[in-house]
Amino acid sequence: MTGRSAGLSARNVSYSYGSKRALDTVSFSIAPGEFAALLGPNGAGKSTLFSLLTRLFTTRDGVIEIAGHNLSKNPRAALARIGVVFQQSTLDLDLTVMRNLTYFAALHGLSGRGARARIDAALERLDMADRAQERARDLNGGHRRRTEIARCLIHSPSVLLLDEPTVGLDAAARRAITDHVHALSRDDGLTVLWATHLTDEIEDSDRLLILHRGRLLQNGNAGSLRGPTSLQDYFLAQTMEPA
Amino acid sequence: MNAALTALRAIVTREALRFVRQRGRFIAALVRPLVWLMVFAAGFRAALGLSITPPYQTYIQYETYIVPGLCGMILLFNGMQSSLSLVYDREMGSMRLLLTSPLPRWWLLFCRLVASTAISVLQVYTFLAVAWLYGIQMPTLGYLAVLPALVVAGIMLGALGLALSSLIKQLENFAGIMNFVIFPMFFLSTALYPLWKMAESSTLLRDICAANPFTRAVEMIRFALYAEPNWPALGWTVLAGLFFLALALWGYDPARGFLRRKG
Repeated sequence: MTGRSAGLSARNVSYSYGSKRALDTVSFSIAPGEFAALLGPNGAGKSTLFSLLTRLFTTRDGVIEIAGHNLSKNPRAALARIGVVFQQSTLDLDLTVMRNLTYFAALHGLSGRGARARIDAALERLDMADRAQERARDLNGGHRRRTEIARCLIHSPSVLLLDEPTVGLDAAARRAITDHVHALSRDDGLTVLWATHLTDEIEDSDRLLILHRGRLLQNGNAGSLRGPTSLQDYFLAQTMEPA
Repeated sequence: MNAALTALRAIVTREALRFVRQRGRFIAALVRPLVWLMVFAAGFRAALGLSITPPYQTYIQYETYIVPGLCGMILLFNGMQSSLSLVYDREMGSMRLLLTSPLPRWWLLFCRLVASTAISVLQVYTFLAVAWLYGIQMPTLGYLAVLPALVVAGIMLGALGLALSSLIKQLENFAGIMNFVIFPMFFLSTALYPLWKMAESSTLLRDICAANPFTRAVEMIRFALYAEPNWPALGWTVLAGLFFLALALWGYDPARGFLRRKG
């Protein structure tokens, strides 16, 4: 633990694929313990933003800080503070849940009894303890996702990044996962950035960031922003293409 | 245990588990050189006369000549296959997992190289054991001396594969690279025929063969199998390995956004 608990912030972050601007001076700041939903239609730039936040890409335009660490100046300290769930599954399907998590723990330098205790606690937190010895391939989609969320908690991160984690899940599994992650931010004080294009995953008390065509259109409390209209209608109105 | 070594152990274990699961890959990797040894070499024995050149003290049969080249072939194919799995990994996302670890990126990629080389070396020893049963036996000390040579050659060829995997965006392109890299590297080397034999037909081809880092790796292995050092070959192999490694690190530099989609 670093003892620094500042959440997650981006200042004037831009990124281009050749001549195509994917992110245009995006700025936001998420406080510790806050659940922020990054809402945007497909192609809005959500995945690009996640790749920058996880340092799969880097950019010279803008500054990203994770738990008080500047990602470009101090990447290893910053990466040690984040837990990531990618849009695509990154489980090794032929390995058991336990082996998948042990592998991940080792990539963060954790091994032996210490790692085991953290893995057990993370699985317990996601109600997955009794599935530790099952092969990932034998789990249903919802349980695979929960395994990945448990995995991203092993190294006690202070910031969680989840890129459309409910893609392909049924309604019940989606609800369960959304509730689990809301609980993590509320009860454990984790900063959460949750990318989605589904408005029903967002609670009124969440911070709402609307990303459209690489630009941040809105940044505020979800309940206040939507007002009397439904979030779905509000979102559509914001991102409606001119006829 | 230190964090870097913990990660190394985990990455090697994961590669070993994948390998154990893919028995087909193991058998294919073994059958390929054995076919060359028992069919191709037997057929060409009469056609290719070999003179006495170091490290050989006496006339040797063609089968004996090509054993080091076939050891190199296993390392070459595995190095490329392991980068094929890297391209696959990258598309499947587990490469992302690896690269978002807080350990230095060069170390993580090096761990992958060590893991794939360890598997390759095991396969070479299995091949040498079968060759021994077939009657192609090296000095006992050679079997020990060849280990470091196999490790150096394996890392050099793995680094080449890693460099290629970082520069190739799609699997289809990779299949092309297999044809344009593996086959020229193998045939334009001393794996199947000595340099002087090549020079008889073309000095240009001889020069290309001599410049091929795979030739150096094969010669290093050939001498090591007779417990003799070949320092120039070792030096060139290490240099080539460092060059390919630098290229791979450049290719996997996040500033270049190697994972980014096109368009």
